[in-house]
Amino acid sequence: MLTYTIRRLVLAVPTLLFISLVIFLLLELAPGDPMAQVPLTVPPEVKEKMREALGLGQPVHIRFTKWLHQFFVVEPMVLADSLFGTAFAEGNQRVISWQTRSPVMDIVIQRIPQTLWVVGVAYVVAVLIALPVGIYSAYRQYSIFDQAGTFITMVGFAIPPFFSGVLAIVIFSVQLGWFPSIYNTTHVVNDWDSFLVQLKQMILPVMVLALQITSQLSRFMRASMLDNLGEDYVRTARAKGLSERTVVLVHVLRNSLIPVVTVIALGVPAIFGGAIITEQVFKVNGIGHLLITAIQANDLPMVQTLTFIFAVLIVLFNLVADIIYGILDPRIRYD
Amino acid sequence: MTEIREQDAGGKGVAEVGRSQWWDVWRQFRIHRGALVGMMVFALIMLGVLAGPLVYWNDPQFVPTGRDFIKLRDMRPVYVTLWDTGAKVSWAHPLGTDNLGRDILARLLSGGQVSIAVGLTAMLLSLVIGTVVGVLAGYFQRLDGPLMRLTDLFLALPLLPLLLVAVLLFRAPLSAAFGPEGGIFVLIVTLVGITSWMQTARIVRGDVLALKEREFVLAARSIGTSPPKMILRHVLPNVLSPIMVSATLGIATAIITESALSFLGFGFPPDFPTWGKLLFDAVDRMELYPERVVWPGLAISLTVLSVNYIGDGLRDALDPRIRSH
Repeated sequence: MLTYTIRRLVLAVPTLLFISLVIFLLLELAPGDPMAQVPLTVPPEVKEKMREALGLGQPVHIRFTKWLHQFFVVEPMVLADSLFGTAFAEGNQRVISWQTRSPVMDIVIQRIPQTLWVVGVAYVVAVLIALPVGIYSAYRQYSIFDQAGTFITMVGFAIPPFFSGVLAIVIFSVQLGWFPSIYNTTHVVNDWDSFLVQLKQMILPVMVLALQITSQLSRFMRASMLDNLGEDYVRTARAKGLSERTVVLVHVLRNSLIPVVTVIALGVPAIFGGAIITEQVFKVNGIGHLLITAIQANDLPMVQTLTFIFAVLIVLFNLVADIIYGILDPRIRYD
Repeated sequence: MTEIREQDAGGKGVAEVGRSQWWDVWRQFRIHRGALVGMMVFALIMLGVLAGPLVYWNDPQFVPTGRDFIKLRDMRPVYVTLWDTGAKVSWAHPLGTDNLGRDILARLLSGGQVSIAVGLTAMLLSLVIGTVVGVLAGYFQRLDGPLMRLTDLFLALPLLPLLLVAVLLFRAPLSAAFGPEGGIFVLIVTLVGITSWMQTARIVRGDVLALKEREFVLAARSIGTSPPKMILRHVLPNVLSPIMVSATLGIATAIITESALSFLGFGFPPDFPTWGKLLFDAVDRMELYPERVVWPGLAISLTVLSVNYIGDGLRDALDPRIRSH
């Protein structure tokens, strides 16, 4: 298992390098010019200097290597500096945003908590709803509960977040006036009342994201339970005289959770992608929102870094899913 | 089960005449009620979107001017009179008009044409790529490794951010080449196509690998069938069912992706309606005119829902293990 993990980690390095190269070359084609906003009165040689200060004006391969160095060497050093008060990164150039002329990672670090709060809570809520629903609808297959559950998951699949979000706003914040339609990220939680306000403003985005995730997960849970309920060992367990509760919740559930857990792990990066739209609908200024504004403002270093972070998440959680699968299912051997 | 058997016995004469694989599939498909309803809804949507503009009297691009502009703009749908008798409605515009006085139903219909066209073309493209990659990887051992690594790589790409970036990059050159609408159509179809073929490729490869070990392939090879002939005559017809299932799901993905891009402001040009674009344009004024958000959203969701149900039914119908007779 350990050797397998190490081998996969080593294999992930060329994959990530290749992905970062693809993203870099794609952005290389971008038509915009970071100097377009500079007044025309600025002489060309000064503009050239400014361009060089932003790290432009050098051949592609040098800039790519520089970006790699900044992302993989300088940024971790900065992180270490801020954690332990050391001074590794002293005098090193960091990845600079063209929009704000400040380090990209600082802005990303500011934005990540909002995204994590909304996405993380939504994911937990979705898992907590999806698993029981999936289990029960598989146990009572073709019952009314199952039929209704299947229909609701189909609807949840079909309604894209940009519609369900807008619909939720129309119903719950315009017509009923229960929840705010905009997520206020500057809100500070310091007592019970402000906690309630925070809870209220989180309900809508979390609900929209959770609906999407629940529909996928509960369908998967149901299918996996159904596969296992027909197995011979279930009949054996019942024949032994075990209670129905033990059979379903211990024997069947444990076996059918194996693929579901990997799906949960695989879904995490996709959720960050889905959160881009949800963040846009509810005006949460998380990393998805940051990405959209960066693309619109032609801020290439920011786009490059954010897209690469998404890629890292995908590769990482793929690996996590495979390892979890290996740990949970003793029949799987990766030698 | 028994009723079906009895029906069989009754209609045996008919069944024997037209009995083929596809006849069986259709009979199994009919049993799946959701799939049948889904197909009817999808057919209805297609009919409405294709034939609707021919029958419907309003022009989606018509913008009234002068006094007509004040008179015709911001009209509510006719059903609003049920609870608000003072609302500004007219039977000439059943779903009302937007803030420029353009008819909403007409725009929905012509927007649907674009959305469904994008969905179908993008699905076809991704299907072609997926099938070619899957068959090549499954049939030719030497290509298997590299092609599957490529598939894995595509699966590891963060697609939505890359789609957004790519739209931004290629919008201008393609608009110059094909015109503003044609350019973005080609762009979105290509982008959705080349970012959604991976699942099809994986499924097709798996099926081809299994098929290669079957006797009829061995028999065909023993009489000297060349690889291209083999693929076209023996392999492709047998992997048709997973391809058809992923085709239906592909339409849904493509429509949602196009709408999402339009919604984020990276889609078709401003006065060119698609369902996602209509939804996006209406969000700012949804407190006053919720219907402008609801109708396009409903159209997208209904299409996707019906297509998904069709896919579900097809999967059951094409799976011989589930087929009851």
